[in-house]
Amino acid sequence: MNSGLSVPDYARPQSMTEALRLLAECGWRVLAGGTDLYPGAGTRLTGPVLDLGGLALSRIETGEGLRIGGATPWAAIAEADLPLACRALQQAARQVGGRQVQVAGTIGGNLCNASPAADGVPPLLALEAEVELVSVAGRRRLALRDFLLGPRRTALKPGEILAAVVIPEAALAGRSTFVKLGARSHLVISIAMVAARLVVEGGQVRGASVAVGSCSPVAVRLPAVEAALAGASVAEAVDRVTAADVQAALSPIDDVRATADYRRVAAVELVRRAVAEALA
Amino acid sequence: MIRFALNGVMVAVEAPPTERLSLMLRERLGKVGTKVGCDAGDCGACTVLLDGAAVCACLTPAARVEGRAVTTVEGETPELTLLRASFHAHGAAQCGICTPGMLLAAAELLTRNARPSETEVEQALGGVLCRCTGYRSIIAAVVAAGEGAWPEAPVSGAVGAAIPRVDGAAKVAGDRFGADDWPEGALVVRAVRSPHPHAVFAIGDLTAFRARPGVVAVFTAADIPGRNAFSVIPPFADQPAIAASPARFQGECVALVAFEPDAEPDLTGFPISWTPVPALSTPEEAEAGDLLHPNRPGNLLIEGRVVKGDATAALAGSAHVVEGAMTTAFVEHAYIEPEAGSAWMEGETLAIRACTQAPGMDREDTAAILGLPLDRVRIIPSATGGGFGSKLDISLQPLIGLVTLKTGRPSRMVYSRHESMTSTTKRHPAEMRGRIGCDSQGRITGMEFEGRFNTGAYSSWGPTVANRVPVHVSGPYLTPHITAKARAIHTHGPVSGAFRGFGVPQGALWQETLYDRLAEKAGIDRLEFRLRNALCDGDASATGQVLQATGIHDCLLALQPHWTRALAEAKGQRGRGVGVASCWYGCGNTALPNPSTIRIGLSPAGEVVLHQGATDIGQGSNTVIAQIAAEALGLPLAAFRLVGPDTGLTPDAGKTSASRQTFVTGRAAKAAAEGLRAEILRRANAGEGAVLSLEGATLSVCDRGASTRIDLAALPTDTRGHVLSAEASYDPPTAPLDANGQGSPYAVYGYGAQVVELEVDKALGTVRLVKITAAHDLGRAINPMLARGQIEGGIAQGIGMALMEEYLPGRTENLHDYLIPTFGDVPPIESLLIEVPDPEGPYGAKGLGEHVLIPTAPAILNAIRHATGAEITRVPALPHRLLDALGGLP
Repeated sequence: MNSGLSVPDYARPQSMTEALRLLAECGWRVLAGGTDLYPGAGTRLTGPVLDLGGLALSRIETGEGLRIGGATPWAAIAEADLPLACRALQQAARQVGGRQVQVAGTIGGNLCNASPAADGVPPLLALEAEVELVSVAGRRRLALRDFLLGPRRTALKPGEILAAVVIPEAALAGRSTFVKLGARSHLVISIAMVAARLVVEGGQVRGASVAVGSCSPVAVRLPAVEAALAGASVAEAVDRVTAADVQAALSPIDDVRATADYRRVAAVELVRRAVAEALA
Repeated sequence: MIRFALNGVMVAVEAPPTERLSLMLRERLGKVGTKVGCDAGDCGACTVLLDGAAVCACLTPAARVEGRAVTTVEGETPELTLLRASFHAHGAAQCGICTPGMLLAAAELLTRNARPSETEVEQALGGVLCRCTGYRSIIAAVVAAGEGAWPEAPVSGAVGAAIPRVDGAAKVAGDRFGADDWPEGALVVRAVRSPHPHAVFAIGDLTAFRARPGVVAVFTAADIPGRNAFSVIPPFADQPAIAASPARFQGECVALVAFEPDAEPDLTGFPISWTPVPALSTPEEAEAGDLLHPNRPGNLLIEGRVVKGDATAALAGSAHVVEGAMTTAFVEHAYIEPEAGSAWMEGETLAIRACTQAPGMDREDTAAILGLPLDRVRIIPSATGGGFGSKLDISLQPLIGLVTLKTGRPSRMVYSRHESMTSTTKRHPAEMRGRIGCDSQGRITGMEFEGRFNTGAYSSWGPTVANRVPVHVSGPYLTPHITAKARAIHTHGPVSGAFRGFGVPQGALWQETLYDRLAEKAGIDRLEFRLRNALCDGDASATGQVLQATGIHDCLLALQPHWTRALAEAKGQRGRGVGVASCWYGCGNTALPNPSTIRIGLSPAGEVVLHQGATDIGQGSNTVIAQIAAEALGLPLAAFRLVGPDTGLTPDAGKTSASRQTFVTGRAAKAAAEGLRAEILRRANAGEGAVLSLEGATLSVCDRGASTRIDLAALPTDTRGHVLSAEASYDPPTAPLDANGQGSPYAVYGYGAQVVELEVDKALGTVRLVKITAAHDLGRAINPMLARGQIEGGIAQGIGMALMEEYLPGRTENLHDYLIPTFGDVPPIESLLIEVPDPEGPYGAKGLGEHVLIPTAPAILNAIRHATGAEITRVPALPHRLLDALGGLP
């Protein structure tokens, strides 16, 4: 079976220049880790497929902020030595599917796939992440919140590759926590999830970034909650999280995993827990 | 050309660069140890190591392995060798379909962490699903592999010995399932299936499609040569192998296409037009709706009933009465092996090798559909990667059979995960309500029960479910007055069939949660309430059967210290709760014959050849039946060679269903072995107490100091190659049920009870299981290790039913939207094996396989209520339902 070797539309460029040239020529399906591409592919993945596996896109570099190559697998992120601000991202990295998916699946793929339940998104929103998009026309940066447009929709233009996720130096302050809620222990698509990053100085919250996933078409930050937390003492911070402030930003739906009403209620609890854990 | 090191050997293979690595390994390199369960990264069965890192081969492009090292289950590494031995010793492989993935994920862990803890094992292996074991034995096996030590297995294979399964070596090497063997040149068969729950369809002109390169043949309902209607219960035969219009459920097969082996099996553009018709999706709609089958008014397939005494009067005179309802969902079997098999002609005989639980029934149904006499169909069960009831019904057998019969060419078919989930049977969703009463002393006075079961489009095991539920819905408690009715109603839902317990788990959810409320009303401890009402020897059941060897009392007594401890530990702890529930379950067909036949012989070379027709789908009948036969014959298990199952080589041992194999086939095996022993003793003129031994072809019979030697090589052989042989059948004695369901439907019942300790997160409506203690009366534990494996696996499925499993047609047809328990969802389990021998069972043994699932879900709900007061009346208790029951939702 399947020995028919019709010429596959497949390329595995060895340099970014070549990749971008190819990508400019025609529409390719871009293959990073394959963990979202193959499940949607039916019996076989049909081309044309541009394989990013030959590019050096999986480096994690520190310097001015943090730069994570677009094809960096989750397992590498989980195991990297990163500041405590990235703890939520690392916790999320350990919960993207099972270990097999973490070894193959990439941060850039997770973002380009743009699932409302993408585990990587809330921690990256809390880290003020930007995405670096390259094409033959050049290089541009976009805040992650502007990159994600809706379920399965991004601002990625034809011919562009998500080359890196960049976290600005200022966002590497503080400590973060990721809380994921699902109906089983492993391999679970979340009902709701929260990432919270808090910067504490002298017993007071100097800054808070809180993001919620799976409760709106795209994961969102919670500006009202963040404003309420700013200036709070560590002791009173959790109490400053109000249901109204959390729910104001959310627009959950009913699906097979939970009801919208449940998500609204659970999100409040998860935000409180994430804040408490980030402060602990 | 892709070049890489496969298990340490450089290979070069032509393959499309984006071909899934799993496909390339299996199809181009013949490494079929890598199993495919979902093609989506949801199950982890295809896990291999790529440069030492665990990846899903189904998500890995072939081109990505260029120049790298791939390790599969066919490989040998120090870690794999150790893990294989430990898995085998711990019974960590049951059906074996997930085992290669488990082994490789564990091998990666051991290279990173030589002495992992339980938590580390759980984390590392969390990406692989297992539906049989409940994971605990796998965790133990990996931890022990890290430690490099585990207890020696017993040397003797006698009854009662916890020996590793006799087919265990194959399981840890990557066993050969339905998809793993096919004849050279086999056509690839694919089915066209209905995308609608109810639709009129018309197949257009097939000329152009048939002329496509690679298309060999197209078949529709019109091509079925025999009777295009089957059912596991022949009088109800109503399900077509290939449907003519209309299609009655989403996923129903309406046409078949056979492709050349090297062609792309592409169904795109198949000429068919669909006109969806309104579908009846609930029994309520269906009872008032158009008929699915013209001869079944009200879409009623059947009503089962048990009426004894006057329940209404008894309830009216009761000191305490509780009333309640319970609703359950479609539950998917979710075995990790999608249906698969191959077919070929052996002269005039059609041979079909496929996964199955019931080769004899497959043969009868396939022969009838294809218009063949029975002796022209041979069914050879492959290793079966889990069944749990669904593989009792035929699936692809008549389809590949038709293709091979019509084309004369071998064929093969492998269901996709989606196809497996949409087209095969489910557990019946149930809507149950009723009342139970007790007197002031807490003794049950009467019960009224009414249940409506969504049986889907076709009959399947609907009649069995409708009959079993009223028989069992009292639970193992003395209930003097009862009126219990269960109706199976057709809808345009998936076909509801057999699933571990045949409706009894649904009924137990209703009755056991109500008993908790009744105990509370009567002011009696919940375990004490159950003890007070537990059936005893000489009591009459709801069907009026006078019972013997009733083990429920012993099970509850064994749980008592655990119950007391658990209640004490939970006291004052936020969210902690403890629950208990019982089960009983009749082994074998309900008031119908279900014989098994076993043949056993001695070969001239001195082997004991056991023709073992009981299909082992992971539950262990290959081992247990052989242990029974060895015990009865008086020769060591090591001298045994198993033949079959194979309808061409083994007599019919019936189906692997209704927890009947250990009991029914075990009895047949005992009788056959005793027959052979008698023949040996007669030849040696020895008495009953003689000791047999085998040394090469010499059989020695030692009786009171005198030894007789029989040279087996010198004896003439029969047509099967045996020099001595015996065959025996056993059919459990039952009596038919009358119009009020009175009679003796089963010869043997098994009993059990479980205590669940858990913690409810009241803010989120989630549940964390802390521990489950399970006491099961299995009469005699023929193999305690396999028995514990059944308990742990049944509990895992009960957990799923209680907390997460809900099959929604069109919405949860994959293994990431349909959730089954993973590592981390099954808590530590303590199994208490209770042995109240049944005079009818072999060495006292009773069935166990289904019993073990029944108490888990109600015990969980009872623990939730104990923890929080919340009464759950619909499962699964997903977080939003539990939070709602806790009053936490607007």
